[in-house]
Amino acid sequence: MRDSGTMGTALRPAFAAGGMGGSAVPALAAARLVLARDLKLAFRKRSQLVQPLAFFAIVTTLFPLGVSPELPVLRPMAAGVVWAAALLSSLLALELLFRDDAQDGTLEQYALSGRSLTWLLAAKTAAHWLLTGVPLALMAPLAGLALGAPGAAVPGIVASVAVGTVALSLIGSIGAALTLGIRRSGALLSLLTLPLDIPVLIFGARATELAIGGQAYGVPVQLLAALAVLGLTLAPLAAAAAVRINLE
Amino acid sequence: MSDFCLEGENVHLWRGDHHVLRGVRFQVRGGECLQLTGANGAGKTTLLRTACGLAYPEGGEITWCGESIRKDMQAFHAQLAYLGHEPPLKAELSARENLEYWVGVRRLLADEELEHALQRVGAQQWADRPVRTLSAGQKRRAALAGLTLMRVPLWLLDEPTTNLDAEGQRLVGALIAEHLQAGGLALAAVHHELAMTAGQGLQRLELTVA
Repeated sequence: MRDSGTMGTALRPAFAAGGMGGSAVPALAAARLVLARDLKLAFRKRSQLVQPLAFFAIVTTLFPLGVSPELPVLRPMAAGVVWAAALLSSLLALELLFRDDAQDGTLEQYALSGRSLTWLLAAKTAAHWLLTGVPLALMAPLAGLALGAPGAAVPGIVASVAVGTVALSLIGSIGAALTLGIRRSGALLSLLTLPLDIPVLIFGARATELAIGGQAYGVPVQLLAALAVLGLTLAPLAAAAAVRINLE
Repeated sequence: MSDFCLEGENVHLWRGDHHVLRGVRFQVRGGECLQLTGANGAGKTTLLRTACGLAYPEGGEITWCGESIRKDMQAFHAQLAYLGHEPPLKAELSARENLEYWVGVRRLLADEELEHALQRVGAQQWADRPVRTLSAGQKRRAALAGLTLMRVPLWLLDEPTTNLDAEGQRLVGALIAEHLQAGGLALAAVHHELAMTAGQGLQRLELTVA
């Protein structure tokens, strides 16, 4: 965390961070504030909150209707269905990740705040995961059970979707930042993001499949966690660079 | 007068084939306000965005207190407040909540300070209403409250009087004058003259359309 007022000249007390009844906010505290703001905004705009979940529920419900209502038929495809639906639901909310903030000048203010844009965007991505990834992780077992997964598979499904959606949100944040300046960016965002999401889909579906089959699912979940850590390391940096380019 | 100084030296910037800023030179010191005037498309907003580091000039240099703003951009940004065309307010939040988050990202904000700033811009009556229910002028006043709460020496203002009534326009002039008196400096792109006098440190720079 850099303190304001280190550049060029000694600041007059009226302007120095810490002067006139205020002090500079540490990067982590600033990020926490951005997270709190995004969560508050999401709960005031509930339609955006419900949309990905409704989409997930509809997609997973279509399969029994379209393929067969027989559980022995549905069970082998449950993992794939749950994961494809989770991926597309997460993607649905991505377009909004930075768009509103870019349109009303909030991103500009973040970029000019003298705080690390990387941290602030990481906080926004964390909010995206809390608002889509966590609800999807809680909803996925219901879809899995409806598709014939045994009750014992619930922890595995929750773990894989919870960890996998962290990676999906982080990868998606890069695409959302790159397509900021483009109108109706949804299609381009999908084209950019989906190929990068494939490893997450493969490991996530494998973990869910193993959980449904009653086998150990630790390894694919660990691989998902590794992807999430890699994303956490690189994605906020890349997103911040892309946002700066788009603000120019 | 303070030691602050923002200087532009032979700044050139193109937008595609359009040479928007053609060797612009300016110098603003603590206690001074540079009023940028010119027709639409003359490059007022572009110059402001270049001065705050959002746009990269192809030629020339902007310096803050004698050092290139590119040397330590984050430290430079910590010393400026930029108010663009649209106030950066969320429609679903109240004016008070917006300011808490907007200013709170930069500095710790005491409740009394916030109250004082809201009072200063005449916002106490509607500070707790969602921004979507406010008029454009009220939104602008809320943004001005945020500007005063930043406590930074450099103000970059793009059409700060837009949507404001006569009293609001005088308020902008008074806020800038107070800022200059405290040793700050300001760059303001305007279509209508600021309600200030030359004795209050006002200078003018006319930009022309290429």
